[in-house]
Amino acid sequence: MTVVEVSVSGAPRRGLASRVVSRLGSGVVQVLLALVAIFWLVPVFGLLIASLRPESANTASGWWTIFTKPSELTLANYADLVGNSTVLRSFLNTVYIAVPSTVLVVVISALAAYGLAWIEFPGRIWLTTLVVGLLVMPIQVALIPVAKLFGSLGLFGTIAGVVLFHVAFGLPFAIFLLRNFFVGIPKDLVEAARMDGAREWVIFKRVVLPIAKPAIASLTIFQFLWVWNDLLVALVFADQDSAPITVALRAQLRQFGTNIDLLSTGAFLSMIVPLAVFLGFQRYFVQGVLAGSTK
Amino acid sequence: MTVTATRSPAGSRAGGGRRKLAVDPTPGRSPRQAVPFLLPALLVLSALVLYPLVYSLVRSFFDRSGSTFVGVSNYVNLFTDPRTLTAFKNNVIWVVVAPAVVTGLGLIFAVLTERIKWATAFRLVLFMPMAISLFASGIIFRLVYEEDPKQGVVNAVTVGVHDLFSDPSPYPGARPRDGQPFTPAEEGFTSTKTFAPGTAVSVPLVGFQPGQIPKEASPASQPSSDARELRGVVWLDVSVGGKAGQLDQGERGMPGLVVEAVRDGQVVGRTTTGNDGRFTFPDLTSGDYTLRMPPSNFALPFRGLTWLGPSLITPVIISSWIWIMTGFAITFIAAGLSAIPRDALEAARVDGATEWQVFKRVTVPLLSPVLLVVFVTLVINVLKIFELVFVIAPGSVQEEANVLALQMWQVSFGAGGDQGVGSALAVVLFLLVAPAMLFNIRRFRREQS
Repeated sequence: MTVVEVSVSGAPRRGLASRVVSRLGSGVVQVLLALVAIFWLVPVFGLLIASLRPESANTASGWWTIFTKPSELTLANYADLVGNSTVLRSFLNTVYIAVPSTVLVVVISALAAYGLAWIEFPGRIWLTTLVVGLLVMPIQVALIPVAKLFGSLGLFGTIAGVVLFHVAFGLPFAIFLLRNFFVGIPKDLVEAARMDGAREWVIFKRVVLPIAKPAIASLTIFQFLWVWNDLLVALVFADQDSAPITVALRAQLRQFGTNIDLLSTGAFLSMIVPLAVFLGFQRYFVQGVLAGSTK
Repeated sequence: MTVTATRSPAGSRAGGGRRKLAVDPTPGRSPRQAVPFLLPALLVLSALVLYPLVYSLVRSFFDRSGSTFVGVSNYVNLFTDPRTLTAFKNNVIWVVVAPAVVTGLGLIFAVLTERIKWATAFRLVLFMPMAISLFASGIIFRLVYEEDPKQGVVNAVTVGVHDLFSDPSPYPGARPRDGQPFTPAEEGFTSTKTFAPGTAVSVPLVGFQPGQIPKEASPASQPSSDARELRGVVWLDVSVGGKAGQLDQGERGMPGLVVEAVRDGQVVGRTTTGNDGRFTFPDLTSGDYTLRMPPSNFALPFRGLTWLGPSLITPVIISSWIWIMTGFAITFIAAGLSAIPRDALEAARVDGATEWQVFKRVTVPLLSPVLLVVFVTLVINVLKIFELVFVIAPGSVQEEANVLALQMWQVSFGAGGDQGVGSALAVVLFLLVAPAMLFNIRRFRREQS
């Protein structure tokens, strides 16, 4: 909403002075917001540069000196990291954890959301309310009991265990998001299919799912990044062999000062996928986050 | 929550029920058909969320081993254990400060971005931290706040600003050679002997890298004595190829060093050494003077603040959380802003309201439901804060930065090893978010009716 729009839409014409003031005000706003944006980017930029400088350079001077010595930039840290079998395995573990967690959450929640949205059964509203209640459930309440449960099932310290836990705590939001989308689907579509004698399963697959693609895209992206970025769940349920990259890098935190090259490179490596997803699917991602913020 | 409608809860709110039932779903034909759709979700949720909730509640009344019932003693322990109390205190600070700041920033930036053409780009930049892990954000801010000003950008700026306003000391760490009549005093040095005008004092200093001496320094030479003046020379006594404590060929003076003449505890003269290290007090009345080299000559350079130390750690971690969450608040509030009827704003402007009045009287009141949702969401997020503290606070200050979620992990899986207390902490966390749970449920119910 700019001042110009207001005058176009029939407000009394403003005097020259007030137009100058608002033009000036807009200039100040531009500069202010530009500074804020730069301020927001500096920390990430610093990490990126640190990850591109050799260890000796990082201990001798700050990343900002790169502007005077651009020749220091090197990909050596990344080469080292990719050659490091622990880090490489943990990176793959992250993929092995994030992909199944996402697929399972999407499939299970889509089924449940359809049940809640389009099939009448006693207690439907209560079940939906329960899902809403579970949205903000802290995962801490489940860490100890599930660790014990997984221990007795042989799932503790396995990728499957980590995945299961993520699925459980991903479901309430996922069901909520998809159910809200499903109930907005025009009734006539579902009705027509029922008239034709289609089974619920067919309606779900042929009518509802195709329409729900945008919601499913948002959910997929949100859930994938949620699991990809997790530290706490894996810290409790994964062992050394199943640890994702966040947990593997965390072990290096103790000597931060001398480890900046390794940590910054590792952190950046772990950020590449989320950043690519974010930039590639901004719209879906933002929608997912806005809907799922209460987690 | 988007536009939704199902059957309103059985016949409740009879009077007010203006139903948005344009999209009322026609229910499926038989309850039994719901089973295959709901069963997988119900199984997972029961086994891994609901059962654990009950288990944690029960477990919190048992001791470390889990076999002995101890009543509420785990809860008593929470409120007496200093570590947990620190965690409570920090959680309170977090809840009071962080969500309000982020909601405020979100509101301001959301309104301001309506005035620029690159609003989308701006929001994209500020939203970006939401995409990366809290762990990576933690690493980012660990580096930002690193204490060494050669690594952490915040301390580099702090030192830069500090040195703009106060010159760095010229000779950090330098001291008189042992055996000379000088004694350390308040990080400077005072002579143990007194000197009268007419003497020429020689002050050999050590403990300083010859390469660090200013370029204008020239070879030092002993000043001749003059009856009316107190003179002297300060030089770097490298004593390589010469004698210690003696002014040898090639040894350089230390220019720019402040020397004071003190009498009866009063500074009566102050002078600065020249390029050859010489200094002169020209107009002293006769008598005995103590020489003093004040601390400003030798103070170690300012190294910035210990951001990651015990006293600043919580504000530092909060700042990183603000960096992460502000974009979320902006985007959420901007969505609310775009839903405000333009007529209301324009009517106010036509009536001659200033932009500030429009903001205060029209925009904010109309936005208040959205602001409340953002605020509650942020409070929930803050109560569960874990990774940022875990990663940014160095091990030695995690106790000072402690929060409930971290304490819960420490007690249960870290060094503590007491899952009774851990369960009690989990229950407390659950109770803390319970109001938000009710808030969500009521909002949901309202939207259904």
